[in-house]
Amino acid sequence: MEHYHMNLNLKVWRQKNSNTKGDFKTYQVKNISSEMSFLEMFDVLNEQLISEGEEPVAFDHDCREGICGMCSMYINGKPHGPWQANTTCQLHMRAFKDGDTIVVEPWRANAFPVIKDLTVDRTSFDRIIQAGGYISVNTGNAVDGNALPINKDNADNSFAAAMCIGCGACVAACKNSSAMLFLSAKVSHLALLPQGEPERKTRVLNMVAQMDKEGFGACTNTGACEATCPKEISLTNIARLNAEYLSASLSAEK
Amino acid sequence: MTWKQVFTSSVGKKLVMGLTGISLVLFLIVHAGINACVFADMVDPNENGEMFNKAAHFMGSTVLIRIMEIGLFAGIILHIFQGYLLTLENKQKRSVGYAVTYTDGSKWYSRSMGLLGTLILIFLVLHLYHFWVSARFTHEGLAPVTYNGVEMHNMFALMQATFTEWWVIGVYTAGCISLAYHLAHGFQSAFRTLGVHNKRYTTLLTTVGYAYSIIITLAFIFMPLSFKLGWIG
Repeated sequence: MEHYHMNLNLKVWRQKNSNTKGDFKTYQVKNISSEMSFLEMFDVLNEQLISEGEEPVAFDHDCREGICGMCSMYINGKPHGPWQANTTCQLHMRAFKDGDTIVVEPWRANAFPVIKDLTVDRTSFDRIIQAGGYISVNTGNAVDGNALPINKDNADNSFAAAMCIGCGACVAACKNSSAMLFLSAKVSHLALLPQGEPERKTRVLNMVAQMDKEGFGACTNTGACEATCPKEISLTNIARLNAEYLSASLSAEK
Repeated sequence: MTWKQVFTSSVGKKLVMGLTGISLVLFLIVHAGINACVFADMVDPNENGEMFNKAAHFMGSTVLIRIMEIGLFAGIILHIFQGYLLTLENKQKRSVGYAVTYTDGSKWYSRSMGLLGTLILIFLVLHLYHFWVSARFTHEGLAPVTYNGVEMHNMFALMQATFTEWWVIGVYTAGCISLAYHLAHGFQSAFRTLGVHNKRYTTLLTTVGYAYSIIITLAFIFMPLSFKLGWIG
């Protein structure tokens, strides 16, 4: 692909902190290489802002290789930008052309309050995990992984669900701000494996209760989450979660 | 975990929507089946709605069906209230909206179930006023007709009289098209909510759902149109 340079107009959400109202600010960046990543383009913008004596734009990032789930920009009306199965850090500027206007917003959901600019508080996801997204393992010698027979389909589906990096794009994309794709990936990942069996029922009940407490919406199966997920987590997991929930709640002892 | 907790969690509320939705899907099959008896007149012009009137009389005069009718209304009311409640609650989960809305990943009708449901509700009010109120309470515009010594309402004649104005046919058609899109998403979504996740079933249910939406809707639209165009009656 041919290498080119571009000038861009950026409309970026600026918000001082969670208590203030934010608004869009327009910036021009010049001579951006098509080989830069989207976050590198933001680094250029921030250098420019610092040299002009302005506050740089706060945004989340960590690994910059698409596996940590920290980056979280809502770019031109799509979480993680225009590419399929991709995180913001892996979005490259060749997705845009000279003269483009790019609108960048934070994830929008009451359960993800804005901390500053494009950075949102996603600790609600951590609390959902703490409510049941784990297995109990006895201490002592490590057990031989191959000693436990596991159905191949279940292992594959579990692995596909475990791909979830907890970035929150599903919540950002959902018209109901529902965290069901995230939650269903975590529940499916463990429910499909024998290691997840001991806490299987309490896990799904506690995690759904925590999700509701955090203020996420209910799922209406529109499929927007699946379409935007950088790890292509399947909507089927939500149906599996519903089955797990139904079976656990109907068979609960009390 | 209490029963209240089961049905008031975000998953439980959806379960109520799914279960009532599926019961309404089953009702529509019966409704379309009974009403399709009007087409007997198309085959035999001297029939004049005898088969349909007898079927409607059976539905109205059988105790078990009258009891089921109460269940049906309870289901409809629960579906409507829970639907509005969920739509409102879900909307409140995002106080600050986006400048650019994400629409690529989902079908417009899957995002518009509240709007489509409202259109169906408006149609339903008119529809109940036209037929149900008349048959059950006021008997307005209902002439008696006797078959084999049994007197019953001439519902066929009421249909014929109702479907003379084009605006009525327009409203019925619009109501049915809203229903088609509501079902196109609702049918398969209800089964997903009930936990059907095996790929072979989800694929089958999506296909059956689309087919069901189209067939039911066409059957209903065809009735007022047939009366208006003089194909029956």
